Amino acid sequence: MLTVGAIMLTKDLKQARLASAIGMGIQLIMAAVLIYLYLAERSAGNTAAMLFTYDVVWFPTLNIHYSLGVDGISVAMIGLTGVVVFAGVFASWQMEYLPREFFISLIILATGVYGFFISLDLFTMFLFYEVAVIPMYILIGIWGSGPKEYSAMKLTLMLMAGSALLLVGLLGIYFFSNPDTNHLTFSIMEISKVNIPIGMQRFLFPFTFIGFGILGALFPFHTWSPDGHASAPTAVSMLHAGVLMKLGGYGAFRVAIFLMPEAAHEQAWIFLILTSISVVYGAFSAIVQTDLKYINAYSSVSHCGLVLFAVLMMNQTAMNGAIIQMISHGLMTALFFALIGMIYGRTHTRIIGEMGGLMKVIPFLGVVYVIAGLASLGLPGFSGFVAEMTIFIGSYQHTDVFHRVITIVAASSIVITAVYILRVVGILLLGPIKDHHFLELTDAKWYERISTISLVLAITAIGMAPLWLSNMINFSLAPIVERLSSIQITSLF
Amino acid sequence: MADYTYTLLIPLIPFFVFLLLGLQGHKMKPFIAGLIGTSGLGIGAILSYATAFRYFVSEHVAGTGYTSIKAFEVTWLHLTDKLTINLGVLIDPISVMMLVVITTVSLMVHIYSIGYMKGDPGFYRFFSFLSLFSFSMLGLVLATNIFQMYIFWELVGVSSFLLIGYYYEKPSAVAASKKAFIVTRFADLGFLIGILMLSFTTGTFDFQTLTNPAGPAIASKGGAVFMGMSLLAWSLILIFVGGAGKSAMFPLHIWLPDAMEGPTPVSALIHAATMVVAGVYLVARLFPVYALGAPDALHVVAWVGGFSSIFAAVIACTQTDIKRILAFSTMSQIGYMMLSLGVSGFGGEEGLGFMASNFHLFTHAMFKALLFLGAGAVIHAVHTNEITGMGGLRKYMPFTHITFLIACITIAGIPPFSAFFSKDEILVAAFHSNKLLFAIEFIVAGLTAFYMFRLYYGIFWGKDRHYHHTPHEAPYVMTVPLMVLAFGSIFAGFLPFHNLVTSDGLPLETHTEWMIAIPSVLIGLLGIIIATVMYKSETAIPDKVAGTLKHLYKWAHRKFYMDEVYLFVTRKIIYRYISEPIAWFDRHIIDGTMNGIAGVTQYTSVAIKEFQSGKLQQYGYVFISGTVILVLIFVYLF
Amino acid sequence: MIQNIPLSYYLVISTLMFFIGIYGFLTRRNLITMLMSVELILNSVNINFVAFNRYLYPQQLQGHFFTLIVVAVAAAESAVAIAIIINIYRNFKSVDVENVDEMKY
Repeated sequence: MLTVGAIMLTKDLKQARLASAIGMGIQLIMAAVLIYLYLAERSAGNTAAMLFTYDVVWFPTLNIHYSLGVDGISVAMIGLTGVVVFAGVFASWQMEYLPREFFISLIILATGVYGFFISLDLFTMFLFYEVAVIPMYILIGIWGSGPKEYSAMKLTLMLMAGSALLLVGLLGIYFFSNPDTNHLTFSIMEISKVNIPIGMQRFLFPFTFIGFGILGALFPFHTWSPDGHASAPTAVSMLHAGVLMKLGGYGAFRVAIFLMPEAAHEQAWIFLILTSISVVYGAFSAIVQTDLKYINAYSSVSHCGLVLFAVLMMNQTAMNGAIIQMISHGLMTALFFALIGMIYGRTHTRIIGEMGGLMKVIPFLGVVYVIAGLASLGLPGFSGFVAEMTIFIGSYQHTDVFHRVITIVAASSIVITAVYILRVVGILLLGPIKDHHFLELTDAKWYERISTISLVLAITAIGMAPLWLSNMINFSLAPIVERLSSIQITSLF
Repeated sequence: MADYTYTLLIPLIPFFVFLLLGLQGHKMKPFIAGLIGTSGLGIGAILSYATAFRYFVSEHVAGTGYTSIKAFEVTWLHLTDKLTINLGVLIDPISVMMLVVITTVSLMVHIYSIGYMKGDPGFYRFFSFLSLFSFSMLGLVLATNIFQMYIFWELVGVSSFLLIGYYYEKPSAVAASKKAFIVTRFADLGFLIGILMLSFTTGTFDFQTLTNPAGPAIASKGGAVFMGMSLLAWSLILIFVGGAGKSAMFPLHIWLPDAMEGPTPVSALIHAATMVVAGVYLVARLFPVYALGAPDALHVVAWVGGFSSIFAAVIACTQTDIKRILAFSTMSQIGYMMLSLGVSGFGGEEGLGFMASNFHLFTHAMFKALLFLGAGAVIHAVHTNEITGMGGLRKYMPFTHITFLIACITIAGIPPFSAFFSKDEILVAAFHSNKLLFAIEFIVAGLTAFYMFRLYYGIFWGKDRHYHHTPHEAPYVMTVPLMVLAFGSIFAGFLPFHNLVTSDGLPLETHTEWMIAIPSVLIGLLGIIIATVMYKSETAIPDKVAGTLKHLYKWAHRKFYMDEVYLFVTRKIIYRYISEPIAWFDRHIIDGTMNGIAGVTQYTSVAIKEFQSGKLQQYGYVFISGTVILVLIFVYLF
Repeated sequence: MIQNIPLSYYLVISTLMFFIGIYGFLTRRNLITMLMSVELILNSVNINFVAFNRYLYPQQLQGHFFTLIVVAVAAAESAVAIAIIINIYRNFKSVDVENVDEMKY
């Protein structure tokens, strides 16, 4: 139950794709069971911050623990990962070149992600982070397309630079985790009880936040994302944009802000400006792109910018929105990349100008693409709307004028999003058929249907009935927000 | 208090019909799909009539005002301690009125479409979208809070997008749907920011709390002042921007004429009768807040409405596409409604404008739907949208001719047809509030009569054109809805609206002010006479007139170049001067920096790798000379 | 008799051998000759070990042992080196060190 990730490694990989499909199916079920158990436990009145905790001392001399546990937020993120990985395995069903190695790498990647979300110990967390990043290089470098070596190298180097910053930040936190005694600790829960000296926080916060921010495509450290996504194979794009980029948001919130609230308050304005630039800038960039994957990558920059933006707002509603946005964007963007991969597999081009009228020949994929587009531009009934509205309303409740103005700036992205989504849909799917070869295309296969339908279902489930998710997250957010609001706020504005 | 929970079914039935048709429709026979869609709406219509009857007649205690009843509510999303998004059903005079309007028109359009869309391969898709639209529109009018309204507002927008782009293989339809969605989306941003500001000032979304005269919104008197107006006024203006986008008010109207690319029944339902009046409904819904909290915002509403109405009327006189004429006419009529709301006050005699606006909304829905459906029948017969390709159709299509004539007389405001009453009350309200606005509306009344009869004569009189085949009357499934709506257009004026739908729920005494009614009828007649002279038989007069007013004609014909302005802003400014530079910046500066860092690293390593020459003896020299130098240093030091 | 020879003689010899070895190592292009030069360097060190052991700590044998180990290792090492050189010759058709720079970088 608790070492969810570890099971994945022990699997017999003879029939690689079948095995991974079954494995991921089990994983998805386990994630669902976990959510159910979590809710059951909560409704039974268990109010501990973390549930199902599991703790082993790993390196006693440095007091490193292998410490796992979940709260509402990580449960939600695990649910997201379960769905996305499941869909990803089906989306790459017809992998021809070295399928076994491909699925092994994919599963290692997934293991890293699962591990990251359930870690309660900074060291374990960092370890899983690295576990998740390294397979990316292999996956893109071997199974990618286009300038794959360049992209893989760029992505890995930038993320490694991020993790170098992060390591400095995390070690800094470790050495100041217990200033009175010599009993240093990596445990998040224990560190959250002490106050790291403000001078140190000022120094360490930017390291930690930017370190996670690079993974969350924070402007101006986002350029790995378009190239990386464009070159990566379908399932990797899905997993990467869908889940891996969420590690950034999750980490920024769980480590940077939770452990260093004073510095977060002080420096939030700088990062708020950067993230709102991300939001608007990513959206504007997406308008002029011609490659489907680039469009989606820039749209991810915009949406992930919104996650970090909301996290920095540091009030309960906005943070809740940030987490819903992570989940919602994860699902949507995974769906997008899955569809792009499937369309590319048929038309052998990703340049939108070369396609047209696809709705006529591949109606299933066309309709799902439209659904994904509508979800992405925040149509009610899909998850994107819930997330964005929660963020905007939450942010706007800030008493500070600066925060409210910047919220309006960020909110303007919803129009730009509509522009680029409709542009793509209009050119790609509607209109007359551009190329008579397209007439011979076939619609989705069964595995492609499984992949897309599972994502669409998740998106609509959250979009139609968001209350349970929102409540689950809210409950776990309460202690964090309490800690944040107990700090004397010295705002610059 | 009566139980109205069953009204929940009115929007939900179309929703389930949408799901059913959307997922399973392709397996059904087209006729079955149409029947399911229509019967779903039929049940909705019956329930709406029942609700209206109960609300206005059987459950109503004589002598008291109409109260608003929250029939059903459930929390959808919990945001903060104060703010929750609820979904529910609110029953009050305007929502009940809208229920009747929407279900009636929608039902008629459904029946009509069975004939109009016959043989179309996407028949089921059409009906599922229609059901989606009906669901969203009904959800919108029944909203208990402003956020629910926003949710359905967006859904209405997307159904409109889907229906305009129904002929998705036609590039012009795709472009039109895109334009409609993006323009309204832009307006919705205003709406959203307005909601944010309003919720921040008042701490609630709920309509009942907001419109309560003692509630936080009105009592606060607007809070802080920003650029001469209170924040409340600003937020209301922003909300009105959202309404203006949906209702095609100047300058956000540009999507409406293009939206006529959709199938004609869609134009009748969405772009004439229901969705475009959502903006009016929105202002009417928040009316007490506007009237009592921020009269400044109401002035904006009035002037935008007044300007839009004359602007659109002038353009309508010069267009030749039958549906575009109707589209501009719609815009002009909605301008009337907005103006009427804008000049109104709250409660008692002051509230005349509010009543008149809703009254006009009701009658307009009937006659404009009729006009569009009639136009659809004509287009169905002659396969063109241009007036120049029509003429002399009265012989071939008697039913359509008569019903179209009825609608034209109605819109011209000739008694005793319904629009006479509603338009007259708008003029009275305007007269008592602002003479300039009154003058505008007076001229518009004449223009309206003129261009409608220009259209009428162009289609049904004059010489025959060369048709591909002899035009034929539409089947009964299409003419029956025309007759029903014609009936509504004639007699809707006799409904005692002033007792039913008023700003404060109390009955309102109205009396026809002959000083205003007679001139307004006269100017309507004048417009008809001019049109008769000019267009009944084809004469050279129109060209001469156009020749004399050359510039005005040209400007109006090109819709005052609004499309070009928008094109300039979007294509040139946003695309060329914002997006492309940003993309360039991203590629070259930011990415360039990152690549630059990598480049420096690589350059350094290239420089350093020269040492690694592979020449064994070179290494030896370096090694030994290094040793010697170290030895010398140590010898020197010690 | 051996006592009559001063230590410095041994040291002079070994120093000469050492620098001859270095000189040979740096100037010769032939791998075999370079290997021989390396042997010279090693043996000069061996002479030093033995000489110092004999003159400074006559009672102890560590120096001798060490020298024997060096000799044994050097034998193994030159066997390996010659094997490598033969392989190089097979690949490059030459034992000239200048030609063997394929493995740089």
